[in-house]
Amino acid sequence: MTRGGKVLATRVGLIAGSVALLEAACRLHLINPLTLIPPSEMVVALAGMLADGELTGDIMQTFASIGVAFVTAVAAGFVLGAGLHRLPVVRRAIDPLLASWYAVPVFVFYPLLVAVLGLGNLPLIAIGVLAAVPAMMLSTLVGLDRVPRVLRKAARMHRLGPVATVWLVVLPAALPNLFNGLKLALAYAFIGVIAGEFILSTGGLGHGIAYAYEAFDNDAMYGRMLFVLLAAVVANGVLYTLEVRLNRRRGRA
Amino acid sequence: MRGAVVIAVLLAVWQGIYAYAGDAAVSSPLVTLRYAADLLGSAAFWGHVGATLLAFAYALVISAFLGVAMGLWLGLRRFAGDVAEPVLAALYTIPKVTLYPVMLLVFGLGLSAKVAFGVIHGLIPVVLFTLGAVKHLPPVFVRSARALRLSGRQSAMFVLAPAVTPEIVSGLRLGFAVTLLGVLIGEMFASQRGLGFLIINGINAHNVRLTTAVTMLVILFAVAANAALLALDRRMHHGV
Repeated sequence: MTRGGKVLATRVGLIAGSVALLEAACRLHLINPLTLIPPSEMVVALAGMLADGELTGDIMQTFASIGVAFVTAVAAGFVLGAGLHRLPVVRRAIDPLLASWYAVPVFVFYPLLVAVLGLGNLPLIAIGVLAAVPAMMLSTLVGLDRVPRVLRKAARMHRLGPVATVWLVVLPAALPNLFNGLKLALAYAFIGVIAGEFILSTGGLGHGIAYAYEAFDNDAMYGRMLFVLLAAVVANGVLYTLEVRLNRRRGRA
Repeated sequence: MRGAVVIAVLLAVWQGIYAYAGDAAVSSPLVTLRYAADLLGSAAFWGHVGATLLAFAYALVISAFLGVAMGLWLGLRRFAGDVAEPVLAALYTIPKVTLYPVMLLVFGLGLSAKVAFGVIHGLIPVVLFTLGAVKHLPPVFVRSARALRLSGRQSAMFVLAPAVTPEIVSGLRLGFAVTLLGVLIGEMFASQRGLGFLIINGINAHNVRLTTAVTMLVILFAVAANAALLALDRRMHHGV
């Protein structure tokens, strides 16, 4: 077995073992069933809701919001980051603000966002964007900082125009950091939208969890939680695989 | 000078938003400052500040020590690190607010739930940064330590610790911010005391001035603390 295979097998074994342990603890009533239902029942509850189509509307709404927030945040974060990179004075001024952004609970702006954007999905999307933009900005800045000067010189020696320089030299050199920005932006858009729904909204997956909690409906609550967990893990796994492949290609080139 | 310009611009933006959105959404900068000054003069408010700081201190200490210890261990045991890293990264992506019913059922209302909320937010970034720092340690350092025949303790003290400290400081900086966020969120739902409670209370009671003032104070605290840590971070990375 290769080393990578062993790592993967250990990881899967570890997770499976933890789930089995949890299952056993629930079945033996070491954990109060009112607190936590066994993982197998979460799966059954989730499968039931998916088959009924009970979750379809919520899933569509939540993922549409996350998608829009993600795309907006990536585009805006990249443009703002690149702009700041060109203006070092402004950058130094707002650096501490950017760096401490993640201590701000973004959803306290929700009442404000509702007043500005109206009810509906827009304020939630805005929360996702507000959560994700700084990560993309910071990654863009780091990526542009790390473009080796020799590459810029090489571009000048080949007399590339500004567009060609950015397209052929700067962007490929900054790609690993930009990709990291994409990863973070997706994670934060995901967290922002679902947390916003959970706390404030009247629809979507996050709201479903809060609603089920208040109704003491453990099956519905844990089923939805499991779905959110699986969605996060799958999205992360896809990006992780893409990143490994990207780095391997760069390594070879 | 630069700071003054930034503050002026932010105040102008704030005033602009206020002019557009009106009293129902946000209070104007001047009113908020006055209200904040009143708050700072009241004993009840400092009780809430104390509650938040206490929970935050516990959560930060746990996140920092446990996070650095786990990160070092996973970084040095390369196999364990490779097994754990993607799992931790995936855990970091989960919207942890949705776990709040579970936390509440396990910890009950009060201090322990707030601390637990802070820790589940802050622990993972510290672990990941520390792990990354150890993993990306230039192999030449390790080889020099071996060539100089340093003992395990010596190489940990004179090679490993100085080499990974700057990255760990970066991780702690992020951990600081996220732990504060976690504690505030915990207070919003699992507590009757603290700044997070004041904010959610203001939202529910449509007390816009209270919400805006407390939010402003929290942001000021977070930005100030972060600026201090950022300065430390920069000094570490430039190796004074």
